[in-house]
Amino acid sequence: MTEPAKTRVRLVGVDLQDSEESRALIEAIEEDNPEANLRRMPGLVKIQSPHPLEIRRETVERHMGREWETHEFQMAIVSYAGNIDEWDDDRIVIKWQH
Amino acid sequence: MAKPKLSMRDRYRLLTRDLDWTPTYVDPRNVYPYTRYEGIKIHDWDAWEDPFRLTIDSYSKYQAEKDKKLYAVIDGFAQGQGHLSLTDARYINSLKLFLQGVTPLEYAAHRHFGYLARHLDGPGARFASLCQSIDELRHCQTEIHTISQYNKYYGGLHDFGKMHDRVWYLSVPKSFFDDGISAGPFEFLTAISFSFEYMLTNLLFVPFMSGASFNGDLATMTFGFSAQSDESRHMTLGLEVLKFILEQDEGNVPIVQDWVDKWFWRGYRLLGLVSAMMDYMLPRKIMSWKEAFELYFEQQMLEGLFPDLEYYGIRPPRHLDQAIAEKDTLSHQIYWILYSFSHAASFNTTVPNTEELDWMSQAYPDTFDRHYRPLWEKARAMQESGNRLFVRGLPTLCQVCQIPLGFSEPGDPATISVRTSHFRQERFNFCSDGCKWIFDREPEKYVQAWLPVHQIYQGNCGGASVPEVLNWYGIEDGVDNGEYLASRDKRAWDEWHAASVVGGR
Repeated sequence: MTEPAKTRVRLVGVDLQDSEESRALIEAIEEDNPEANLRRMPGLVKIQSPHPLEIRRETVERHMGREWETHEFQMAIVSYAGNIDEWDDDRIVIKWQH
Repeated sequence: MAKPKLSMRDRYRLLTRDLDWTPTYVDPRNVYPYTRYEGIKIHDWDAWEDPFRLTIDSYSKYQAEKDKKLYAVIDGFAQGQGHLSLTDARYINSLKLFLQGVTPLEYAAHRHFGYLARHLDGPGARFASLCQSIDELRHCQTEIHTISQYNKYYGGLHDFGKMHDRVWYLSVPKSFFDDGISAGPFEFLTAISFSFEYMLTNLLFVPFMSGASFNGDLATMTFGFSAQSDESRHMTLGLEVLKFILEQDEGNVPIVQDWVDKWFWRGYRLLGLVSAMMDYMLPRKIMSWKEAFELYFEQQMLEGLFPDLEYYGIRPPRHLDQAIAEKDTLSHQIYWILYSFSHAASFNTTVPNTEELDWMSQAYPDTFDRHYRPLWEKARAMQESGNRLFVRGLPTLCQVCQIPLGFSEPGDPATISVRTSHFRQERFNFCSDGCKWIFDREPEKYVQAWLPVHQIYQGNCGGASVPEVLNWYGIEDGVDNGEYLASRDKRAWDEWHAASVVGGR
């Protein structure tokens, strides 16, 4: 049987396509979210974190070596767990609210 | 000098929210007549949030890019004879189930979100619905284009639209969606956007795409990812709509709770078909249904989402404990139903090979060796002696989910669960407490169900014999149905992979 849920940490997360273009994005997410955990599955990368997950435009641009607008995140995202708390020109934040 | 670029926030305000106006010479209640009768109270549509801050220009730009990428892959796949690189032709049966069962739902979703894009009172909600309506049409089209590659070489795919309306196992997804679109707009949003798209859709798309990737189906994997990138927007719509309704009025909470209870169970029962696909229909497995359910439902939703919703007074769905208890039995029971009735299905099934049985023994240590392995070994022995099992009678269907009664009692895998209710002097049967609870809430709705078995008995399905019904379904006996090892797909596959042949066909 399943053990009680309350003993576990609440994770937020995002699943991204495992593609050439996502590589720099994933590196940037790892840099900005050192506690995030990566799991590779066929075709996708699952990133989970016990803290709010932040995707920062500046870090992504540095890893990509080009300009990147946060809207482009739509091209890589497969799914997520949490609440999109902020999505503006500079950053995307995924967290649980309460 | 270039003008300074507007921020996302300003663009969204100007291009999406600001295009609305308040009618002055028509009563707004006549402009939006459908958003009051369900009892949901909305006081301020401006409180609607769209974290994606979508505008029509950015929407079109990124969708066009997604389509370009996808069609490049589809072309490459067709030109490179990609279908020959699959793990095994048996894999294509999961595509048959998907095309017949899911693609028509994408089209139904396109239509219904189009209706919401006209009839919701707030501009933010209408625009999000409009984008989703266009997305759903794109999904329907790209799924058809992708899977049509296989229709040139394999059976079962030729008439999925008609089959969706007629064939017994497809009444499961069809009746699920019909239930949604015949509800009011807020119930539909809770049903499809929240319960299905946010809570459950990961269990359909993520394993399906990873399964495609792992089984050499590049084209399906790519459309899956392309669709799923829209799906995260749909998930956001689902979560935002739920929080919006709950924040608007306390009186909305019990109404929404009932819908969450109902639509969790409806969606979960529908996903039973996915459980069979993951554990049995993929020649190379990615993860078990049990593991996917634990990862995507128990961990992400139960432990992540529901503590957030508790703030609004929403608790985890009713009957969830039974879904959790069933994770060890669900896929085995569903695939057994598909296996034993596949003479009347537009796909092939077969007994899992020894390697697969071993994998399932490991993935399901508490149930598989005791309850299901002996069943499959017996079925294999029957098959080897020339007596492949096909159940010739017609099964009792659940009045709500329309799946044949083949699920076991919670905690007792050896006893089939049957529940009944009486309404207007008639008896109705259900597979589970969850489906019975749904019926008892709205019996007037579910007595109208189009149950395939009853329809056959009433003479509405082409005749009383199996060949007549198959003919009415559009299933060609010996080509589209039955045992995989004896199928035309298998023969063709073996021939294409036999010793090298000069020239093509």
